Amino acid sequence: MFDFIISKYNYWFYIILMMIGFYAMIGKRNLVKKIIGMNIFQTAIILFYVSIACKKGAATLPILEHAHGHGEHAIEVSSYLNPLPHVLMLTAIVVMVATLGVALAIVIKIYRRYGTLEEDEIIEAMR
Amino acid sequence: MIDQLPVFIIVIPLIFAFITPLLGWWKEKLCYPWVLLSLSLSTLCSVFVLNRVINTGTIHYYLGSWTPPWGIEYVIDHLNALMLVIISVTALLVAIYSKKSLEQEIPGKIVYFYTIFLLQVVGFLGIVITGDMFNLYVFLEITSLTGYALIAVGEDGAPLASFRYIIMGTVGACFYLLAVGYLYIATGSLNIADLARLLPNIYSSKVILVAFAFFFVGIAIKMALFPLHVWLPDAYTRAPSAASALIAPLMTKVSVYVMIRIMFTVFKPSFTIDMLPIADIMVWLGIFAIIAGAVMALAQTDFKRMLCYIVIAEIGYMVGGTGLANSIAIKGVILHILNDAIMTLGLFTVAGIVSYQLRGHKLSDFKDLFKKMPFTMAAFVVTALSIIGVPPTCGFFSKWYLIQGAVTVHCWAFVAALLFSSLVNIILFFRIFEIGYGFHEPGEVHVHGGEKAFIMEAPMTMLIPTIITALCIILIGIYNQLIITNIIRFAVPEL
Repeated sequence: MFDFIISKYNYWFYIILMMIGFYAMIGKRNLVKKIIGMNIFQTAIILFYVSIACKKGAATLPILEHAHGHGEHAIEVSSYLNPLPHVLMLTAIVVMVATLGVALAIVIKIYRRYGTLEEDEIIEAMR
Repeated sequence: MIDQLPVFIIVIPLIFAFITPLLGWWKEKLCYPWVLLSLSLSTLCSVFVLNRVINTGTIHYYLGSWTPPWGIEYVIDHLNALMLVIISVTALLVAIYSKKSLEQEIPGKIVYFYTIFLLQVVGFLGIVITGDMFNLYVFLEITSLTGYALIAVGEDGAPLASFRYIIMGTVGACFYLLAVGYLYIATGSLNIADLARLLPNIYSSKVILVAFAFFFVGIAIKMALFPLHVWLPDAYTRAPSAASALIAPLMTKVSVYVMIRIMFTVFKPSFTIDMLPIADIMVWLGIFAIIAGAVMALAQTDFKRMLCYIVIAEIGYMVGGTGLANSIAIKGVILHILNDAIMTLGLFTVAGIVSYQLRGHKLSDFKDLFKKMPFTMAAFVVTALSIIGVPPTCGFFSKWYLIQGAVTVHCWAFVAALLFSSLVNIILFFRIFEIGYGFHEPGEVHVHGGEKAFIMEAPMTMLIPTIITALCIILIGIYNQLIITNIIRFAVPEL
C-alpha cells in the first residue's frame, strides 16, 4: 500500500491539490476565495500534465546538443523528456489567465454594485 | 482556394473580431455592417462546405500542411457540416437582430459586445470543426469565456449569475482537460481519428474508464444536464437579449454535439454501449431532466426563465435519445439538435422583442400582445407549436423519431416522459396565448378593442430575423425527409 502511494506520488499530489481547490470553490462563501480555489484547481491539472512528461533515468531537455549532423544525443527517445505536455500546458496557462481575468473583472463589477464580496450578503442585498 | 474553405469558416470571424475594436474606435456605426459582413462570409463558406461534403464525402484539412497525428486537423463529415451551417446561420440571424436591442440595453458598449460576439462564434465553429481533442478544449474555453463576458453585461444580477457560471464552467472544462490528459497517457495521441484507431486495444484499461467518466461529467456541466443545470436559468435570464439569443440555442447544442462525438467517434459504440452501463444511465438522466425541466418551467412567472427550463428539458430529450442507442433515436437526436437550435432561437428572439418594447419579460407583460404585435406573436405561435410538437412544424418530426426509437427498444418510461413534457408545453404556451389575447379580463379588452393606433410592432431589424426563424421552422418540418436522407443518414454512427 505504502509503495503504491510512493511510486505514484505525483498523482497523489495533484489529487490533493485539486481537492483543496475544489473545496474552496464549493465551500467558501467569499468570491475571491472561490477564485483562488479555481486557480489551485487549474494549477493542479498543470502539475499533472507536466509530471506525466517525466521519464525515469537521466532524461534531459529535447535540445540538440551538437546540432547539424551531431544530433545522436537527442535522437534517442528515452534520453529526453516528452515536450508535448509542456507545450499543451502553455496554452492551458493562457486559458487559465484569461479565466482569472474575466472572473476578477466580474468580481469588481459585483463589488461596485453591492459593496461586498460575501455571497450570502450579496444574495441578501438582491432581495 | 476551394481547398482552403474549411479554415476560412474559422479565420474570417476571427480576423474580423480583432479588427472590430479598431473600426469601432474610428466609427462606431460601422461595427454592425462589419459583423454582418463577416458572418455572411462565414455562412457562405459553411454552406459551400456542406454542399461539398454532401457531394464528395468527408473533408480533411491539415492546418499548415502538418499531417496528423502531429499537426492539427480539421475534419468535416456530415454531422460537422450540418452543425457548422446551424451555428453560422443562427449567429447571422442574431447579429441582424442585435442592433436595436443593444442600442437600448447596453449603449456605449456595443463595439466590445460585437468583438466578443464574433469571438464566441469562432469558438462555436471551432469546437465543431476541429479533429483534435486539445484544440477542442481551447475552443470550448474560448466559447465559455466569451459567454461569461456576454452574460455579465446584462441586467441587474447578471454579474453574479455569470460568476456562478464561471465556477461551474471551469470545473467542467478542467474535467474535460483531465480526461484528455488521461487519454494522452494511455495512447500518446490527441488526434480524434488516431485515438479512435488506438483505443479499441485498451478498452478494458481503468485509465480509459476514468477518462470517459471525466468527459461525460465535464460535458454534462457544459450542456446543463439536469442535476448540473443550476448555472443556466440565472445566466440566460439576466443576459442581454442578443447574448441570450446567441448562447441559449448554441452552447447546449454544441455540447450535445461534443457528447455524440466522444461517445461514437472517439470511443466506439462497442465500448460506450456494449461495455459500459452508461446508456441506461443516460436514458434515466434524460427522463429526469425532461420531467424536472417541465415541472420547473410550470412554476415560473418570468418568460425568459421559463424558456431556460424548457431548454433544460430539451437537453433531456437529446441525452436520453442518445442513451437509447439505436439508429432511429440517434437520427432523432441529430434532427433535434437542428430543430431545437432554431426553436430556441425563435423563442429567445421573441423574448428579446418583448423586453425591447415593454422593458420587461414577465409573463404578465404579454397582456394584449396579439393586438399590439401581430407579426411577432404569429412567429411566437409557430415556434410554440413546434416546441409542443404539432405536425407541420419541425419539432414534431424529431420528437416522432425519438418516440419511435424509444418504442423500438421498449423504453416506455422515455416515451411517457416525452409525452408528459409535450402536455406541459401545451399548458405553458396556451397560458401565454390566453394572457396575450386578454381572455381573462373581458372588460378591459373591449375598452382597447378597436384602437388601431395601439399597434407597436418591433423594429424591422428585430422582426425580420424572428419571422425568418419561424419560416425555417415550418420549412425544416416540411423538408425534414430531404435533410435526413441527404445529411443525417450519413451522420448516424453504425450501431
